[in-house]
Amino acid sequence: MSVLELTQVSRWYGNVVAVNDVTMTIGPGVTGLLGPNGAGKSTLLHMMAGFLAPSGGTALLDGRPIWRNHPVYRTIGLVPEREGVYGFLTGWQFVRSAARLHGLPDEAAARALDLVEMTPAKDRRIETYSKGMRQRVKVAGALVHDPQVLLLDEPFNGMDPRQRLHLMDLVRELGAAGRTILFSSHILEEVERVAQQIEVLVAGRHAASGDYREIRRRMTDRPHLFRVRSSNDRRLAAALIADPCSGGVSLTPEGLEVRTEDYRRFTGLLPRLARDLDVHLWQVSPTDEDLESVFSYLSGRS
Amino acid sequence: MNPVVASITYRAMLGRKRVWLLALLPVALLAIAVLLRLVGGGDESTAVTVLETFAIGAMLPLLGLIAGTGVIAPEIEDGTIIHLLSKPISRPVITTTKFAVAATLLVLFSAIPTFLAGYILIGTEAGVSASFALGALFGSIAYAGVFLLIGVVTRHAVTVGVIYALVWEGLIGRYVPGARKFSIQQWAQSIADQYSASPFVKSDVPLSFAVPAMIIVTVGAVLWAGQRLRSLSLTGDE
Repeated sequence: MSVLELTQVSRWYGNVVAVNDVTMTIGPGVTGLLGPNGAGKSTLLHMMAGFLAPSGGTALLDGRPIWRNHPVYRTIGLVPEREGVYGFLTGWQFVRSAARLHGLPDEAAARALDLVEMTPAKDRRIETYSKGMRQRVKVAGALVHDPQVLLLDEPFNGMDPRQRLHLMDLVRELGAAGRTILFSSHILEEVERVAQQIEVLVAGRHAASGDYREIRRRMTDRPHLFRVRSSNDRRLAAALIADPCSGGVSLTPEGLEVRTEDYRRFTGLLPRLARDLDVHLWQVSPTDEDLESVFSYLSGRS
Repeated sequence: MNPVVASITYRAMLGRKRVWLLALLPVALLAIAVLLRLVGGGDESTAVTVLETFAIGAMLPLLGLIAGTGVIAPEIEDGTIIHLLSKPISRPVITTTKFAVAATLLVLFSAIPTFLAGYILIGTEAGVSASFALGALFGSIAYAGVFLLIGVVTRHAVTVGVIYALVWEGLIGRYVPGARKFSIQQWAQSIADQYSASPFVKSDVPLSFAVPAMIIVTVGAVLWAGQRLRSLSLTGDE
């Protein structure tokens, strides 16, 4: 059982603050590091992996500093986001080299390749692999020494749905077996499926922390803005404003703008009203559903 | 030394097209030697000129640059170095291994062709071939160390290396005698001068300076490169 501990960690590049005063403890099980692109997830992960020195604060693995301490790699397995693989090697040669660098026999490499289902393609050069295959070979390279801690930077990017599910299962199994696993992602659904614990990073700050139900609730229980176009906007507006779930309705030339405090109730109410009033709905679209606004709402509140 | 690091590095350097980068200049040197020999220009003074200006003056620093930076800079650039750095092996072991790879490649592609070219031109006359090969051998080792360090320290390794080799050693070294003291090329020349009996071989830097300087620079560069790699920061795409 290994524990990663960040205490008031900051990292800046010149005048730009990439990670700002983050304190978190990552223990056994699967933790998802969630945040929009550019939130500092990679920077944070690099500090946990010993590839970047914190500008302030400490990053420890089981009480020992990670930076400039190569023995930590007996405990850590790292899957970087950038390619990080030698295209001129075959999958087998790549994973075997990882095993040998750990002083392990070739069987360890064979086992790791099997784990990611890359055994059939192991004798092809990596440069002939698809992005998902490269990703899996990298995972095999990181798992070769059966590490206590596994760090994965956007691991599901570029994988097809089947490969994605397979890797998600693998990550979940490793977490259930007591490994400490942290992976970063900008997709809530991905994190939700795999992680028990979610840490949200927004603009370099630790914005929220909790299990996925908690995070999901925080993300849906917020004012939503919808644009609605229908065959009779005025009639629909009158009915909507009568219900307590609408915070405000305005008529615009492009249709109705409805602000709702209760997402669940509103999404049930709208089709029912339309049917009862005999109004045809042409368009219902959330106007602030992009992740950035969800994240900024979250970080503004916590 | 780590055999896995060495084998990956050799493969990266010698794989397919990359090997031509290293082979081009020695092939040209041998071709010049054969050509001169065929047209009857195989005298001692010509041999010394060819070895001095082409083998030591151009081929050695350029190959030093290609091999010295090539063993590490591209890996840092494209992030593949992370494969080696995320393993429980000490970073100085990685740089020392890469230095050894660069040095052996330079011996193979620079010192040996230098000897062969001299041999084709004048055989073993006045010890010219062997002494230039010896100069190229020690020069190779020093260049490997210095350019490895440049490859770790800066992302603009090739630019810095070209400026050192062409501007400092080539241009400034030609017109400013004092600058020659701090030139690997001149140190290699001193060694060639010392061990050759030919009156045509001249050098400006005494051996008593060149040899210690070479050792200090090489050892210092390799040690420093190891320390720099320990604190190498890899940033994400953000």
